[in-house]
Amino acid sequence: MSAPRIVVTGIGWVTPLGTGIDEVWNQLLASASGMAPITRFDASTFPTTFAAEVRNYNVDHFVANPSAHANAGLNSAYALGAAVQAWRCAGFDKSPPRNMRRVGLYLGAGEGVLDSAHFFETNISSWDTSSQRCDGRRWIQAALQKLSAKCEVEQEPNMPLAHIAHELGIKGPSSNCLTACAASTQALGEAFSILRRGDTDVMMAGGTHTMIHPLGVTGFNRLTALSTFKGDPTKASRPFSIDRDGFVMGEGSGMIVLETLDHALARGANILGEVVGYGSSADAFRITDIQPDGRGAAAAMTQALSQAEIDPHALRGDGRAPIDYISAHGTGTKENDSIETTAVKRVFGEQAPRIPMSSIKGMMGHLIAAAGAVEFITCILAIRDGMLPPTINYDRPDPELDLDYVPNVARKTPVDVCLSNSFGFGGQNDTVIVRRFEK
Amino acid sequence: MVTGVGTVCGFGRGIDLLWEGLCAGKSCVGPIRAFDASGFESSQGVETPNDLDVRQIVPKHYRKATKVMARDIVLAVSAADSAVRSAGLSTRGTVETEGSQVTIAPSRMGCHIGAGLVACEVNELTAALTTSATADGSFDFKAWGSIGMQNLTPLWLLKYLPNMLACHVTIIHDCQGPSNTITCAEASSGLSMGESMRAIERGHADACLAGGAESKINMLGLIRQQFAGRLAAIATTDDGPRAVKPFDEQATGSVLGEGGGLLVLEGVDTATQRGATIRARLVGYSAGQCACADTLGLDLSEAAEDVAAVMQASLEDAHLDASQIDAIVPLGMGMRATDRAESEAIRAVFGSRAASIPLVTMVPSIGVCGAGAGALQAAVAVKCLEMQMIPARINASSTPGLCAQACESQRATLNHVMVVTPGLGGQVVSLIFGRAS
Repeated sequence: MSAPRIVVTGIGWVTPLGTGIDEVWNQLLASASGMAPITRFDASTFPTTFAAEVRNYNVDHFVANPSAHANAGLNSAYALGAAVQAWRCAGFDKSPPRNMRRVGLYLGAGEGVLDSAHFFETNISSWDTSSQRCDGRRWIQAALQKLSAKCEVEQEPNMPLAHIAHELGIKGPSSNCLTACAASTQALGEAFSILRRGDTDVMMAGGTHTMIHPLGVTGFNRLTALSTFKGDPTKASRPFSIDRDGFVMGEGSGMIVLETLDHALARGANILGEVVGYGSSADAFRITDIQPDGRGAAAAMTQALSQAEIDPHALRGDGRAPIDYISAHGTGTKENDSIETTAVKRVFGEQAPRIPMSSIKGMMGHLIAAAGAVEFITCILAIRDGMLPPTINYDRPDPELDLDYVPNVARKTPVDVCLSNSFGFGGQNDTVIVRRFEK
Repeated sequence: MVTGVGTVCGFGRGIDLLWEGLCAGKSCVGPIRAFDASGFESSQGVETPNDLDVRQIVPKHYRKATKVMARDIVLAVSAADSAVRSAGLSTRGTVETEGSQVTIAPSRMGCHIGAGLVACEVNELTAALTTSATADGSFDFKAWGSIGMQNLTPLWLLKYLPNMLACHVTIIHDCQGPSNTITCAEASSGLSMGESMRAIERGHADACLAGGAESKINMLGLIRQQFAGRLAAIATTDDGPRAVKPFDEQATGSVLGEGGGLLVLEGVDTATQRGATIRARLVGYSAGQCACADTLGLDLSEAAEDVAAVMQASLEDAHLDASQIDAIVPLGMGMRATDRAESEAIRAVFGSRAASIPLVTMVPSIGVCGAGAGALQAAVAVKCLEMQMIPARINASSTPGLCAQACESQRATLNHVMVVTPGLGGQVVSLIFGRAS
């Protein structure tokens, strides 16, 4: 028996550019930017002082019983808003799936936000200068006064699963993967694989993350991965430009309802696209660097194309390139953008320059574990509207990077097949391919 | 096929030490030495013996990287080395010492590792933080941003990303195939093994390292579990080894440990072609989400029906019925709500046999090792099948309707062993291992 076809029937997101599907999409097509000075804590003296924060968001507007989620951390709060939107988009709010054990969850959710000031003060108050260690007894005394139970437990990366399962009544297979910046693309791919095997009828897949907190910014600043641009923050993230100097942090969540075609047709669901390929690989190279030939990234793309039965070197019947759009990982770091370009050329050969490839991270920032899910949703919308979101701040092209990055303004063009890439620190590479649905 | 088993726990490195310790009814629970834990609800735990000199087990060129390994990473790297060697595999990580070619093409070798919320090392962090403390003990973010943070090593963040367990293991053993990091507390290892099984099944890998590791023996790990209400009240230092009583009516909570394990899972063709010793077969897998009263997935007291559904689904996946299961390795952490979910599920699935199917309970001996817990359960299940033996149980005296009370190790005819792990957060996973022949 051949594997079932898997379709997309619901999408939802919570992003620095807003929460409504079209509200955010229109801003992306208008080359808007969500970057601004960090307000979450005093970052004024940090090497990086700006990020793309989610603004004016209230999870209470999305959940049935706000008090149940009163202690939700930011990851869980963003995830709930995105998941409830995707659930409604799929029509499950009015007519829920009959068997909730056949409905699964697969998220790429990040670790929760540290209760920074309280945690730091706890540590400092217990510091014993002579031994250069925190004294355990003083630490626990301070911790019990300063730290809160809910806030500590909420930091477990699987808490968004627990919140969403509670809100929607999901009882099927439930996993959270945390493969750094690749996590939610991987979650989508694994959810797709579970459905293809016939283990569930419906999967809620996606990601949620914020690292806009003191140790998050500190960690990436120490790695010199963040842009330290000194001018207008909206110009800071410059994927594929020669003067790119790092990524800018974003935050938020993207959620997607995936479903077997039979299940979707039987209930008359509105089908937004079909997932046709997933590839996953590890660089197995170095903890800090990407394999310079793009070996791992190319392996993920090649696997996904092979599963989708797309020949990356062959033109389609109507003379178009093998695919219509690549949603790039495109972080705006020197290394990523260069190696991703190399990998795309390695996979598509002579076709590579003919395939538009853009990064929305210039506008929305890098949503870390949640980035892939949000970018996947833009692929669905690109297919719906025949519009490609641009790579903004592309003012000084890098002569070594010579693909079509959809510079600065959105583009109207027929879009039927999109490939979305995500690569994570630690060498994790994931690719998902989505196609316009045709019976 | 399970062709390799590597574990790290309170008994030390290698499945044989764990097995011998369990069979002898020993417990590694004792006062925590890593820091002064006397102010916590429980000052007892299980630490791995201090012989995990990770520098000695990684290839020479990789020794520098051990400086950026958090404790959890060290546990995973140790377990991986042990697993790969026990499977008789040559990888990039072992050829240096064994002088042979790699057994499995790197692109066909996968790696799925369950990980926890890797706790940052508070002494390292605080040494840097104190440079930005004000006189009244509060924290000066301005000072930190301008100068203070420079006291942290540039690679600081990379010690603590959960996927760094898999990152180091894939680099050391050159696993370029499907790889993932699952972070679902105690359920993480089982979910990882299930994912490896499926990757091999659909032809995306020939072999995978699968399991998980975590250390909860640090101040953040301990306080989070204390906040979650999971620690046993232990009256005196001497009571530690007797503190955890899985499924007992008098159970008062659990103790934390550190450890984990990795199995080498391998497709039947690959294993047969290379003449590998088959230790056991992984024949069934299923996962689910429990309905919990709270939104954190802490209270599993009403989750028995959901746990039972997952156990039943794993039987169906293995094409077995309940009568063919000869032993069960539950999480059995000694916390009443979680134990109740497991015990009622066992009764629901096994009916009248529930009272006679032997359970293997390990937490009284090695503590709850977070994301490593399920891997240790699975490794012991494999060993039970290999040895045709149920290890000793300790501490529990009254476990009505279940075969879980303390007893000596005993010989048994075992064809299939079920491993069930419900974790904090409400994810639950069930695996079924079968005898090799």
